[in-house]
Amino acid sequence: MDWINALIQGILLGGLYALFAAGLSLIFGVMRLVNIAHGDLIVLAAYLGLSVTIMLGIHPLLAMFAVVPMMAAIGYVLQRGILNKTLGDDLLPPLLVTFGLSVIIQNVLLEVYSADPQKLDAGTLEIASISVGDLSIGVLPLLTFGIAVAIIASLHWMFYHTSLGRSFRAVSDNQDIAQLMGLNRRHIFGLAMALALAVTAVAGVMLGVRTNFDPSIGGARLIFGFEAVIIGGLGNLWGTLVGGIILGVAQTLGAQINPGWQLLAGHITFLCIIAFKPRGFFPRVSG
Amino acid sequence: MSKSHGSRRNFLKGTAAIMAAPAILKYTNAYADNPVIKIGHVSPRTGSLAGFAEADDYVLAAIAKAFEGGIENNGKRYTVKIISKDSQSNPNRAAQVAADLILRDEVDIIVAASTPDTVNPVADQAEAMEVPCITTDCPWQPYFFGRKGVPGKGFDSTYHFFWGLEDVIGSFLDMWGKTGVKKVAGGLFPNDADGNAWGHPELGLPKPLAEAGYNLVVPGQYQPLTDDFSSQISAFKEAGCEIITGNMIPPDFATFWSQAAQQGLKPKVVTIGKAILFPSVVESLGERGDGLSSEVWWSPNHPFNSSLTGASAKDLAHGYTAASGRPWTQPIGFKHALFEVVADVIKRADDLSDPSAIIKAIAGTKLDTIVGNVDWSNGPINNVTKTPLVAGQWQREGDKFDLKIVANTSAPAIPLTGELKLLG
Repeated sequence: MDWINALIQGILLGGLYALFAAGLSLIFGVMRLVNIAHGDLIVLAAYLGLSVTIMLGIHPLLAMFAVVPMMAAIGYVLQRGILNKTLGDDLLPPLLVTFGLSVIIQNVLLEVYSADPQKLDAGTLEIASISVGDLSIGVLPLLTFGIAVAIIASLHWMFYHTSLGRSFRAVSDNQDIAQLMGLNRRHIFGLAMALALAVTAVAGVMLGVRTNFDPSIGGARLIFGFEAVIIGGLGNLWGTLVGGIILGVAQTLGAQINPGWQLLAGHITFLCIIAFKPRGFFPRVSG
Repeated sequence: MSKSHGSRRNFLKGTAAIMAAPAILKYTNAYADNPVIKIGHVSPRTGSLAGFAEADDYVLAAIAKAFEGGIENNGKRYTVKIISKDSQSNPNRAAQVAADLILRDEVDIIVAASTPDTVNPVADQAEAMEVPCITTDCPWQPYFFGRKGVPGKGFDSTYHFFWGLEDVIGSFLDMWGKTGVKKVAGGLFPNDADGNAWGHPELGLPKPLAEAGYNLVVPGQYQPLTDDFSSQISAFKEAGCEIITGNMIPPDFATFWSQAAQQGLKPKVVTIGKAILFPSVVESLGERGDGLSSEVWWSPNHPFNSSLTGASAKDLAHGYTAASGRPWTQPIGFKHALFEVVADVIKRADDLSDPSAIIKAIAGTKLDTIVGNVDWSNGPINNVTKTPLVAGQWQREGDKFDLKIVANTSAPAIPLTGELKLLG
């Protein structure tokens, strides 16, 4: 029974990791940009959620409707104002710029919100659970998982069934030809970043409801996002969800053997997958 | 956050003033007459430990005021200059700023506070360069053994005052004993410096708890910043734990505590070190912060006064709340006491120009401070002395939380202010 419980909790945890990773996967897929500041942007979203819930006195899940457009706007401005200038043949400049961004975000958050650990208060939702036989499944993790699946499904649909998605795929395949065909890649990249940060906003709010956050916590969240993206295969959104679930399950099963192995089991699984399937499980077919 | 743009004229005026300052200051009295004694202070102003240093400005302002007229030593008045540096919560940075203070600023005494990550690197630098060093706000085991101290031998230049794990264990057992709950406890220990010390089979919680008749269930040490505690929760449920204890960082505790509720773990007593030290953390947990318990090193109800300003613990704590609008925190008292000891040492040292005379004065300290008596002649181990420790519970009063002292057997001088309430 404990093992089944661990398995289910692991799958639900995978939903959270997939949420962390979806934004990363999207930006990497469209513009080959590795965003080191992603974890800090998640924390930034959590703080925006905190400000909105306190100012308006509303439930954190409602606050999402304000945080998502805010983060999307930040994403567009960030991409067009800074990151577009770093994109080119060399992978290093965007990496360094986002690293700098990560330091800046952490320190601005520290200056504005102080180092106090904060939490988004979702009331009874935090502790509500559903009993299935002997198992007790938290409503919040279940909701997080559901949101992750819904977000990935809609991103996927957007990618393959809308003209925006076509533009994303076009610039991803070949920036120069897409530009020749009349697409403004700077604008498209801005939109991709806006969309990625909109997803990040949801991840940030869900993280803030689940646990405490403080300005320095982003980096630790980044690594699970990266691992989920790579396990699933770069640029494949459904793969990212699968990657998150594999990571979550590896962790909870590892913890069932010994809690000391929890994070280690996740990392080892990740390394094994890299060793045997260097491109992840579902790499996007190129060309 | 917005700043008006300074004009070029203002900039020039400011620059001129700064450039001229040394020339003008040279002729003012305070600097001309008195010799200066320099104190270096290292503290985690920014980063993950910033909560420990949030009251630094308030404490240092009061200290600067008390030191305004200088301190007299052997009939001569000394101007005291405090140079404070930020460790950024990073042990490497702490060592670096300590070296800067010693080599560049040539401080006569160096002080540091807040967790092994700040205290140990600073003390190590001071020991290597033979500069007198006083530290606090870190249990003595990580300080002494973490720095590879040899019992019976100790250190030459570095001294420390705080409490130890044996005091934590004593006050936890004292508190639990009063409740009459089943003696089955679940232990949550991370794989970090504190978790290793608390969870150590011989030196940590397991042995004394077993001796007191408690069954301590520890599924294993976890990695900090874990996102899931399902395996621990199911182990605790299976063993029927009524007490949950351990040492956690705030985000891990918050994750554990909501998962425990989701998965139907309902302990009667939850006593956690470190995570629920600060009122801000307890407030962030909302209603579910009510009834959590923890060790208490210092509170406004401690019956002690400052030897420097005469202020009581209550004055100091409430003064901070009045000045900042924020709740008092436990490190405030210790930060103040650190400078009480410094002032006392400056007064008593035979020769302030000789580090070994200052060290002798530190070792000979017998001072009643705002956190209790500091006297290195009766410590548990070389270079260490202990201040009293009691146990307390966060209880909700209206929309505020108050830390009630609920167990004080080891330090009866500190009055009880409440009774332990069971959770659930």
